[in-house]
Amino acid sequence: MDSRSLESQARGIRIDIVSMIAEAGSGHPGGSLSCADILTALYFGGVMEHDPADPQMAGRDWFFLAKGHAAPALYATLAHAGYFPTDELATLRKLGTRLQGHPDSSMVPGVEVSTGSLGQGLSIAAGTAAGLALDGEAGCVFALLGDGECEEGQVWEAAMFAAHRKLGNLVAIVDNNGLQIDGKITDVCSPEDLGAKFAAFGWEVTHVDGHDLEALVEVFGAAKAAGGDVPHAVIAHTVKGKGVSFMENQAGWHGKAPNAEQLQTALADLQAARA
Amino acid sequence: MVKLATPEQAQTKKATRAAFGVTLAELADAGVPVVAVDADLSGSTTTKKLADAGHADRLFNCGIAEQNMIDVAAGLSLTGNIAFTGSFAVFGTGRAYDQIRNTVCYSNLNVKIAPTHAGISVGPDGGSHQMLEDVSLMRGLPGMRVLVPADYAAARAALKLAAATPGPVYVRMGRASVPCVYDDDVELELGRAYVLREGADVTIVACGVEIREALAAAEALAAEGVSAEVIDAFSVKPLDEGTILASVAKTRRVVVAEEHSVIGGLGSAVAELLARKHPAPCEFVGVRDRFGKSGEFEELLAYFELDAAAIVEAVKTVRAR
Repeated sequence: MDSRSLESQARGIRIDIVSMIAEAGSGHPGGSLSCADILTALYFGGVMEHDPADPQMAGRDWFFLAKGHAAPALYATLAHAGYFPTDELATLRKLGTRLQGHPDSSMVPGVEVSTGSLGQGLSIAAGTAAGLALDGEAGCVFALLGDGECEEGQVWEAAMFAAHRKLGNLVAIVDNNGLQIDGKITDVCSPEDLGAKFAAFGWEVTHVDGHDLEALVEVFGAAKAAGGDVPHAVIAHTVKGKGVSFMENQAGWHGKAPNAEQLQTALADLQAARA
Repeated sequence: MVKLATPEQAQTKKATRAAFGVTLAELADAGVPVVAVDADLSGSTTTKKLADAGHADRLFNCGIAEQNMIDVAAGLSLTGNIAFTGSFAVFGTGRAYDQIRNTVCYSNLNVKIAPTHAGISVGPDGGSHQMLEDVSLMRGLPGMRVLVPADYAAARAALKLAAATPGPVYVRMGRASVPCVYDDDVELELGRAYVLREGADVTIVACGVEIREALAAAEALAAEGVSAEVIDAFSVKPLDEGTILASVAKTRRVVVAEEHSVIGGLGSAVAELLARKHPAPCEFVGVRDRFGKSGEFEELLAYFELDAAAIVEAVKTVRAR
């Protein structure tokens, strides 16, 4: 997919994110919009080996949404990729839906494990990477973490483990949008320099503009191809609420649904970006 | 009926934890894809025996990081392994409860939570290390099965049963050496309780190390003309409702004994069953809503009124009601 098509894909995912959250009346738009380009690069940029018709395909690459509250971004991505019908996105968070407020792997094809309790995804990804290595199986394991999530101590237990076990088939991506529910991460309880922290644990660290689709595809592809005996961390510098003018860089849009009028403004912003 | 230990076998004392590593090694030798994930206690839990048996690549030591331990096991299970976690019960369940709840159980993964040093069996280490709420914590989790084996042979059987049962299973093991109750080759079934001694006057339902105390209590009661039925409800969840109800229909009096808090464990499970299906007077032998204390295991059994004498007293109380 060329960069123009990737941009179009990312825009479509953002339109679905704000639409489904508005329809649900609750959800997390800010952190879903900030990681839309990351997911687009992974699933549509030719980075990940995956098959919507066979989600359990042997030899696939694995994706874990550690920041499970960005479920709308994952659902929109999986639906666009063909894992389930896009019509279903409108059922988000409603009684009887497969699209729970946070991803439930027992219900949604393409979701490898249920997430939602922060801090656990990188450990699960590390265990998966260790399992693939144990059996000499192919496959790269990607985990997408929030920067606020990195305040959880377990993230660093996992960082220590992955480097110690030389898991070169593991890629941690940090959606570094700088905000969490209570405000700026530097104000709430700063984890300081995340790249330096991963590097201190023995990871190879790359920084990237988290909204530059070409750069994301290149960085993810390089980390996957590198393999080796060192895990890879990609610090993706992002904007919370990216693409919707009134949501950008606003912690208040971490976990709030737009009303009908706000939805129209959001959709107009996203459509205008097409020009 | 399961085969009990011969008098010679009953002389042998072994810790249930000693079964852990050797059973995993046995399974690995047989080609079962087991892995062990521990947290700097592989010598104490005996998971190191898996590595010593030529399966070093199947033991993952996470260091002192129990939360990571559980979720690494979750990841290992996703790639087709049967993942057993170790550590002590207090850390392997309580420290990592959210990981067990939100990842292992919510995703219904093939992870076996199998910590050792449960209950007062850890003795001199004291209250900080004596986990008395683990069965309560694990029993409340949707999809979790809870097994509390009585002795070394039962622990081996429970570990094999856990490996053969898809999805989350909790296996509770202790530190202290305890007399053998079962024949070495005993096999246990999920959701089955075993009548170890038949009786007519009272039903004693027990699990874990309380089995031998219950059997000793039944012997003492017999000398006083009281006929006690002893049931091993090692499968605390799912509970064998039929066997327990059939016994209570006969005896109409129940004592439940466990090396665990009286809140939320086997006693609660039996009480919930009886309240619904067959209300009957019930007494509970267990630790009474308090923390543990330093002391030798055998001393603590008496101190916390978990020994055969305490069970005899509970039987007298319930028969007087």
